[in-house]
Amino acid sequence: MNKPIIELKDVWKIYQIGHVKIPALRGLSLSIHSGEFIAIMGKSGSGKSTLMNMVGCLDIPTKGRVNLYGDDIASFTESDLAQTRGKKIGFIFQKFNLIPTLTAFENVMLPMIFQGIPFEERKKKAQSLLSMVGLSERSAHRPGELSGGEQQRVAIARSLAIDPEIILADEPTGNLDSKTGKMVMDLIIKLHKEQKKTIIIVTHDEDVAKYAQKIKVLRDGLVIGQKK
Amino acid sequence: MMWDYFRLAFKGVKARKIRSWLTMIGIFIGVTAVVALISLGQGLQDSINEEFNKLGKNRLTVAPGGGAFLGPTSSNLAVATITEDDLDVLNRINGVDSAAGVLSKNARLEFKDEVDFINVWGFPTDKDGENMLEGISFFEIEKGRQLRSGDKYKAVIGYSIAKDTFDKEITVGSKLKIKNKIFEAVGIQKKAGTGVHDVIVRIPLETAREIYDEPEEFSTIFVLTKDGYEPADIVDEIKKELRDSREVEEGEEDFSVQTAEQTGTQLNQILDIVNIVIIGIAAISLLVGGIGIMNTMYTTVMERTSEIGVMKSVGARNSQIMFLFLVESGLLGLVGGLIGLILGLGIAKLGELLAVSMGVEIFKIHVGGYLIVGALLISFLAGTLSGLLPARQAAMMQPVDALRKND
Ligand SMILES: Nc1ncnc2c1ncn2[C@@H]1O[C@H](COP(=O)(O)OP(=O)(O)OP(=O)(O)O)[C@@H](O)[C@H]1O
Ligand SMILES: [Mg+2]
Repeated sequence: MNKPIIELKDVWKIYQIGHVKIPALRGLSLSIHSGEFIAIMGKSGSGKSTLMNMVGCLDIPTKGRVNLYGDDIASFTESDLAQTRGKKIGFIFQKFNLIPTLTAFENVMLPMIFQGIPFEERKKKAQSLLSMVGLSERSAHRPGELSGGEQQRVAIARSLAIDPEIILADEPTGNLDSKTGKMVMDLIIKLHKEQKKTIIIVTHDEDVAKYAQKIKVLRDGLVIGQKK
Repeated sequence: MMWDYFRLAFKGVKARKIRSWLTMIGIFIGVTAVVALISLGQGLQDSINEEFNKLGKNRLTVAPGGGAFLGPTSSNLAVATITEDDLDVLNRINGVDSAAGVLSKNARLEFKDEVDFINVWGFPTDKDGENMLEGISFFEIEKGRQLRSGDKYKAVIGYSIAKDTFDKEITVGSKLKIKNKIFEAVGIQKKAGTGVHDVIVRIPLETAREIYDEPEEFSTIFVLTKDGYEPADIVDEIKKELRDSREVEEGEEDFSVQTAEQTGTQLNQILDIVNIVIIGIAAISLLVGGIGIMNTMYTTVMERTSEIGVMKSVGARNSQIMFLFLVESGLLGLVGGLIGLILGLGIAKLGELLAVSMGVEIFKIHVGGYLIVGALLISFLAGTLSGLLPARQAAMMQPVDALRKND
């Protein structure tokens, strides 16, 4: 196999609250290749979200290396990190994280605004993404006017706005009932199958895990097991 | 691209309507006050300058005690007086072309059983008096004629007195009583619009001396200087001659001599001070308004911490977040300034209408382009500056911390 696009080597993340040090990751190593579908599992507090934040350039490790396409993110400036988030990575969060004052359409356009993409192009892209997630009819609605499942589909459309290769989904169905959760998962699986996205998903759902090519199980900031 | 940030910022402002309005009140009250005061003050300055230019540089006034500008004082309380003797002194001075004394007092005026107290000027009907009227639009006649030599118990009526003061209009030929003596109206003045000249009645000086029993005194002497003489020099000359004849020391004059220009300059100086005070008020109110904006922006940044996290997670750079919040606070300032500008101009216009309704028709507010551009620019800048620290705080947030905020 060719070189991994994401590579974590002996990654430590230690949070400090007052004098108390909380190690969320303790020397975790992991590599992910282009086009893989990886499920991350583990108990609450095991460091899953912390891991996702490292990969997504939202945070940098206390110690160790996080390589994205061969570059160590610790050497990135604030603006490099933002550029990487804006161009290479799409996030899907458990809480959807849409901007409440913007419509579904505007939420999908937002990442493209920060990349300076002209309006006409943005509009086309946002429209096609919303129709892909089956929400063309709801473009003009604000998040507050949408159901949880609908909001998460808007968030999926948003994560695809800048055509990232990597999609990071942190418990995307955690706030949804099982039926809508299934719909959202089918959508994410479709991204992997049809668009060849590299997908890392934090989940407690065994069915999702079944689909995944690899399952990494975390405990106390370490990968303690790999199924498959 | 800019436009996108303006739209996003506008959504932010709109989403918190009440707070945004309250914040903008902080800016627009100050701007309203300043715009209104400046356009009124400038208008006042303009109309004063215009009037003094109309009067001409070669006109001087001599009055007892303090100065008098637009006309003689009607005060009956002046301690020192100027008299026919002073007029003779003036007439002997080289640079003086002609000099005419006016005696003015408030007097009881009766017309068709209605009574009012009116400022009545005893105006000379000789050659000197005619010279004085020449070229001054305030005293022009609409109907009838001016007073002329030989007239006794005749009157020229100011426009407003003729038309508005009494139930019935005073016309040429009307009979009226001043201090219980019967006068005939021989002329009605044109509308002057100065607030002074429309509310007077002019009668021959000799007649005024009879009815007031004032054989010597003048309220004001009007002087015309000869061409080729510097009015300021003549002022000095007049002062010197009058000091000698009245036997007073320099610096203790019980009379005043002023050129129209000087009087104008004095008023302008007062208005300049008023302007400085206004600018001071503006600065303080902008400061207070700016602090209001800063406060609001800090609250907004705190409230929207998780939104900031989201924007960062989709690729917003620190500079873009900073810019977005700066535009938002600038917008608060700008809209506040715009409302203030409109309200201020409205109030100034109201002031103008009020002045006109009180007879000061020459008064026009002055709305300079610099005032409009300046008010908007300064309020936008005040908004932006006030947003600087909150926007920086937003920009510097760590994305993970910001995202965790609404957990
Ligand atoms: N910003 C922070 N400051 C302090 N401690 C933190 C911070 N973020 C995470 N932690 C701690 O690090 C550990 C790992 O947290 P993390 O959010 O990665 O867990 P998780 O596996 O995602 O759990 P969950 O399934 O509940 O989402 C936890 O003990 C958590 O309390
Ligand atoms: Mg988590």
